[in-house]
Amino acid sequence: MVVNCQRVWKEISNYIEGDVDAGLRVAMDAHFGTCTRCKSVLEGTRNVVQLYSDERMIEVPTGFGRRLERRLAQGARVRRSTWSTWSAWLVPVAALALITGGLRWANSLTVPHPLQSEHAQPGRNIPPDMVVVVSAGAKDFHVPGCDVIHNKDKIRTLTAKEAIREGYVPCVRCMRKYLQIASISPDSSEPVAELSANVEAEDRARTR
Amino acid sequence: MAALNVVLSNPEPGTTREQELIAQVQRGQAELFYELVRPYERRVYAAALAILRNEADAEDAAQEAMLKALANIRQFRAEARFSTWLIQITVNEALMRRRRERTRMTEAIDDHRDDEGEYAPRDFADWREIPSEALERKEVRQKLAEALASLDRKYREVFVLRDMEQLNIQETAEALGISVASVKTRLLRARLMLRDLLAGGWEQGWFSRLPFEKGTKPW
Repeated sequence: MVVNCQRVWKEISNYIEGDVDAGLRVAMDAHFGTCTRCKSVLEGTRNVVQLYSDERMIEVPTGFGRRLERRLAQGARVRRSTWSTWSAWLVPVAALALITGGLRWANSLTVPHPLQSEHAQPGRNIPPDMVVVVSAGAKDFHVPGCDVIHNKDKIRTLTAKEAIREGYVPCVRCMRKYLQIASISPDSSEPVAELSANVEAEDRARTR
Repeated sequence: MAALNVVLSNPEPGTTREQELIAQVQRGQAELFYELVRPYERRVYAAALAILRNEADAEDAAQEAMLKALANIRQFRAEARFSTWLIQITVNEALMRRRRERTRMTEAIDDHRDDEGEYAPRDFADWREIPSEALERKEVRQKLAEALASLDRKYREVFVLRDMEQLNIQETAEALGISVASVKTRLLRARLMLRDLLAGGWEQGWFSRLPFEKGTKPW
């Protein structure tokens, strides 16, 4: 391969990066051996890269570091105080949520949440924000990729909390670990309803 | 490519002390964060300046970006270089500010102008020596900074991120939201233009001679 000056100029930056194939590299090396102009462009370009990569090329305004340090310290303080304000009003809100949640739970004993399946196995400690899938016409919610999902072409992704609210029940296959926890837990009378009641109380607390 | 990156990159990634500091800050010791970012504060500032071109805006954007980095420190994953992560946050912050404040049509036109055109070197002055000791002199640094500032924004940004901040081509593309091919084209042009701007001056000896006449270009 023989390259001309135009081709060399076009590739010179890639050449410096080591980003040309072996054939082109050999051809360019041969060209630099004979063309003083291109050789000079190559060396100048390398000098540019080297000079500007030097740390000394970056100058910051006087006092930059001190001001950054101060602002970061202020930021950390603001974050802390924001948190303490938060936690201060979080206590009554949480108490209210618990009371409302308790009331809903009491209600749920008499007016059960309409579940999609009459044979629903209760789940416990399912993380409310866990991503699950449901499919139209089916009753269970699943971990994405579970191999017993019905109507796979009609699946919809949502959170466990939403699935429970819509009346879906945990799949006995992929949600097994939550079901097992439920079955060994002594007070697992209505855990699905309990979770859904808490979910609703939480939602209300958030919208207030 | 890999071999060259080793030569061009700073040897800072993931020292033990840095990893310790990251872990401590992630556990909530926010007061150690400044110690963690101090080695990179200059590069963070330079990235913001390349995009915003105004010292006060760049400083404010750099500070804001570091606060965001602190707030999101738990999202940092050890596979990445910490410096690259900081610079990417800074570039995002600076680009966001520029988008917010941009009202000038010229910038918008500049964005879409074709950058695929060929660029032919104009100055073939011999520039063999590497005059890195020349950087000790403020005047020389000033000349280099002026040459850089004279580049169009899109060339300047790519050049600063790749050649000054030492991001690789891929990281530069991601940070600016442009293609790898665009980064390469712009980088080529930026390097050749800077060489043209500086080579003549080198031949005439302004790297080694003092003093310059203020406000005149020696090339």
